[in-house]
Amino acid sequence: MFDIERWQEIFETLSKNKLRTFLTGLSVASGIFILVILLGFGKGIENGVTSQFQRDATNLITIWSGTTTKEYKGLNPGRNIQMKNSNFDQISRKYKDNIEYETSLYSIWGASITYNNESVDYQVRGVMPGHQFIENADIHIGRFINQTDYDESKKVAVIGGKMRRDLFKDEDPINKNIQVYGMNFKVVGVFFDPGGEREEQQAYIPISTAQKVFNAGDNIRNMLFTVNMSENYDKAVAQSMLMSQNIEQELKQMHNVAPDDVSAIRVYNSLEEAKKIYSLIDTIKAVFWFVGIGTIIAGIVGVGNIMLIIVKERTKEIGIRKALGALPMSIVGMILQEAVFVTMLSGLFGLIAGLGLLELVGPQIESDFIKYPQVNFNIAITTVFLLVIAGAIAGFIPAYRAAKIKPIVALRDE
Amino acid sequence: MIQIKDLHKSYHMGSNSLHVLKGINFEVKEGELVSIMGSSGSGKSTLLNILGMLDEADSGSYTLDNFPIKNLNEKVAANYRNKFLGFIFQSFNLVNYKTALDNVALPLYYQGMKRKERLERAEHYLNKVGLSQWSHHLPSELSGGQKQRVAIARALASEPKVLLADEPTGALDTTTSYEVMELIQGINDEGKTILVVTHEHDIANMTKRIVNLKDGIIIDDKFVNQVRAAAHV
Repeated sequence: MFDIERWQEIFETLSKNKLRTFLTGLSVASGIFILVILLGFGKGIENGVTSQFQRDATNLITIWSGTTTKEYKGLNPGRNIQMKNSNFDQISRKYKDNIEYETSLYSIWGASITYNNESVDYQVRGVMPGHQFIENADIHIGRFINQTDYDESKKVAVIGGKMRRDLFKDEDPINKNIQVYGMNFKVVGVFFDPGGEREEQQAYIPISTAQKVFNAGDNIRNMLFTVNMSENYDKAVAQSMLMSQNIEQELKQMHNVAPDDVSAIRVYNSLEEAKKIYSLIDTIKAVFWFVGIGTIIAGIVGVGNIMLIIVKERTKEIGIRKALGALPMSIVGMILQEAVFVTMLSGLFGLIAGLGLLELVGPQIESDFIKYPQVNFNIAITTVFLLVIAGAIAGFIPAYRAAKIKPIVALRDE
Repeated sequence: MIQIKDLHKSYHMGSNSLHVLKGINFEVKEGELVSIMGSSGSGKSTLLNILGMLDEADSGSYTLDNFPIKNLNEKVAANYRNKFLGFIFQSFNLVNYKTALDNVALPLYYQGMKRKERLERAEHYLNKVGLSQWSHHLPSELSGGQKQRVAIARALASEPKVLLADEPTGALDTTTSYEVMELIQGINDEGKTILVVTHEHDIANMTKRIVNLKDGIIIDDKFVNQVRAAAHV
């Protein structure tokens, strides 16, 4: 392997057969190059889709309260459980690391809302800023409730598209005042909900404002949390199950509810959306793995084919070398060393070119669905070695056979 | 130099068996220039291949320079071929991507000689066949006669004990054939043992001894008065 004379002979052969060397190298290099690009964009699409659907994929934990059905610690059943701001704060603090978005809710149904001469009876929901992301409310114009609105209990409202049409017709609603039970609220935004008109028949106001104007004290009706996305669906299920069970137990303790009382505190988590997204991402992964493996197989077949042809073409030369006193194994060794050298060099070249292109082009891509195309370097380098080994094996068999042929047969005139 | 006793060789093709050599007894002394003649199918090429260790006999003995040649493994055969024998083929069999010089140096590579020494020796033999100014040409840039001279230089380069030539003039015109034979005669004059397989009488007459083969046996083996090729050139 480290015989200088052998290397000289190999370099001579390679440089004297420039076209053959070039074509072999080109096919290996382009194979690796395409594979790297393919895997890179596969990863990019996976990243893009993941980040696009991440918020839908977060699983939603919804908590609401009811009446107790069981006697506990001397307390009678039939008690109404009322959740407070402090309950929310406690849960929020405790699961800070797992929670992505959070909101507590205080809603009034059928609130009378008027603007000029128009009047409707729609729902008004007191929410926190995080509700925008939990509900996936699309802000059509203006903005959603923000932190300042919440902190300062501002009288601002974000109205649904349907409500806007009912109250404002074609007028621009932004910065206009609507009256909720006669109290002025400034419209700061209009939202659109793909869920349809029913979802748009409501207005959002800060929950702090709602509690004040509706004399609710620090009562809340619901709590909504979303949990950060996990690596895969199974983990997500396990994590949210654990979390919702813990929350349920903690809330029951706070309100002195029997641990097995199912109607006083209800915690529900929805993984339906999450399941779809996880399976979408899994499908994308699978498709690119499939394509990638297909490309590798095509590459292996291609390299093998080239090796076969090269050895076939060199049968006569092998015969000559044998007649001149070459050992069969030295011929096989030389052909393999040459093949491995060329495939390795061009494979690495294709790898570097592919990685370089990804580095260069990756950050330029401004698509929502392709983000940070990248390749796992270990996978790429393994692929190069796989191709080299496949090329070596594909070259070895015919080379070995050619070296076994008696020189007279190899030299026989066609 | 070469002793052959009761050499048999058959080829098997499916169920058919072809008995090519049917007991050859034959001896060549050092410095001889022998031609082996016969029509096609007479077994002359098979005999040469066995002499050249490119093929193995079924039975009989073969001694080359007092080394019994039998039951050779590939390694030993390759070593013997390299040290004892030089080949000259009808179709020259030069490596087409190597220059004349590198072709001549090739057997020396398999002797494990260093590159510099190899090229010096190759240069010397190329000069001997009168092609030093063509040393950096590829075979495709040479005429048939020149190619055969390169092949002869290559056969000589390893300084073998015996030169084996299989129809060395078969692919050449008459004038070039005589030029090549003149070269072969010159090499023989320096004491090299040479065996030439041919079916051309004029070529055979330029050797010192003619062995006639027919249907796998030697029917005639006689010394002749050598015709010097130089007279015809």
